[in-house]
Amino acid sequence: MSEPLLDTAVARYCLALGDDALVLSHRLCEWAANSPVIEEDVALMNIALDLIGQARSFLSYAGEREGAGRTEDDLAYLRSERDFCNVQLVEMANGDFATTMTRQLLFSAYQYELYERLSSSADTQIAAISAKAFKEVTYHRDHAATWVVRLGDGTEESHRRMVVALNAVWPYAGELFDPLGSDPSLGGLVEQHVACDPVSLHEPWSAYVTSVLAQATLEVTTTTWTPAGGRGGLHTEGFGYLLAEMQHLHRSFPEATW
Amino acid sequence: MVTALATPDAAITRPSVEAVTGVAGAVADPELPTLTIADLGILRAVRIADDGHIDVDLTPTYSGCPAVEVIEHDVRHALVGAGWADVTVRRVMAPAWTTDWVTAEGRRKLAEIGIAPPGPACQAAAGSDADGTAAARAATGAGDSTPPASQPVAFVRCPQCGSRDTELLSRFSSTACKALRRCRSCLEPFDHFKPL
Repeated sequence: MSEPLLDTAVARYCLALGDDALVLSHRLCEWAANSPVIEEDVALMNIALDLIGQARSFLSYAGEREGAGRTEDDLAYLRSERDFCNVQLVEMANGDFATTMTRQLLFSAYQYELYERLSSSADTQIAAISAKAFKEVTYHRDHAATWVVRLGDGTEESHRRMVVALNAVWPYAGELFDPLGSDPSLGGLVEQHVACDPVSLHEPWSAYVTSVLAQATLEVTTTTWTPAGGRGGLHTEGFGYLLAEMQHLHRSFPEATW
Repeated sequence: MVTALATPDAAITRPSVEAVTGVAGAVADPELPTLTIADLGILRAVRIADDGHIDVDLTPTYSGCPAVEVIEHDVRHALVGAGWADVTVRRVMAPAWTTDWVTAEGRRKLAEIGIAPPGPACQAAAGSDADGTAAARAATGAGDSTPPASQPVAFVRCPQCGSRDTELLSRFSSTACKALRRCRSCLEPFDHFKPL
């Protein structure tokens, strides 16, 4: 791969990693002052803070490799819906607490496997960001697993809600494991050991998630249908509202500082 | 005095690494002001070029730590205040910060202000801190049933009464680097600087 092509591919790859973290962080922030208990408010905001830190690192690096002078803020606040390449899972509405925790378990378990692999990426910057993020995500995954078990194996009502949540969220996890090759600009990154093949993450992810769900007395009963297109800029209706809220201050007052 | 100014002698104008490390390392952490950045292991390196230019490497504790920018500013300010204006403060990501870098003095100060110091970080990797939280148990009234993910691998001593009989309330507390626990002996809640 030629140098400019590699820059473009790395930028594109990091943009996707950054967008996933950024969008989920924003969703989690919607729980501020709305959580069932105050400890949970604090926990979700801390997870959101870790994710925003990861997003900043990846977006800054994406801007650097792109070489067009775009900063992390330009990328977060000045792109439109179709330019975001996060998976649809992270933009899903929070729903009830069972839905949020199911989404968190499926996503944190994915990030756990992903960052562990990327810690040895041939790209030293991706490796450094990932090694740091891996430690943080270990706590996120544990936290989500605790709640999923507690709610799934809890009261009749909490179990019923977890069943509904799992059926709603599960199909969206499929997109996490789409091969990079479906985006031709990214295909070469796996061979160069810069990126990791998402397909290879599915097995360890599935083993972990299945064991947690078994403890939670939950079963996956949904069909094999899975939404797709987030990586290519196709998003759900709710995503437009999310972006409007996230970006409006920066767009309305471009020079604002505090 | 006049001669020193008139002849720019590197030996006279260049500060020592020890002197710069002392001043930079003494900068207080904005969120735990009794601890310095040297105590926390955030100050990673100090280099001084032949022309007297100072490079300082800092590493963030967590990716999203909001104190990072303040610390960078405070370090620059402290060095300028000490008479060294030619300073670059860099943020380095690798190797990733670990609580194993918190010094013995740092651990002593944490305990003194009522925060349980972190255990070895290898234990965090092995099983994090994964007893089922009391908040989660209380929320569903599920009682003290078997914790889900993994068993706690080390006890955390209560910084108030010293008891080993403490429980995890939440993996996340007032800042990203702390977990919230409660002592079953004296019943006081406390922050635990969690191993990372």
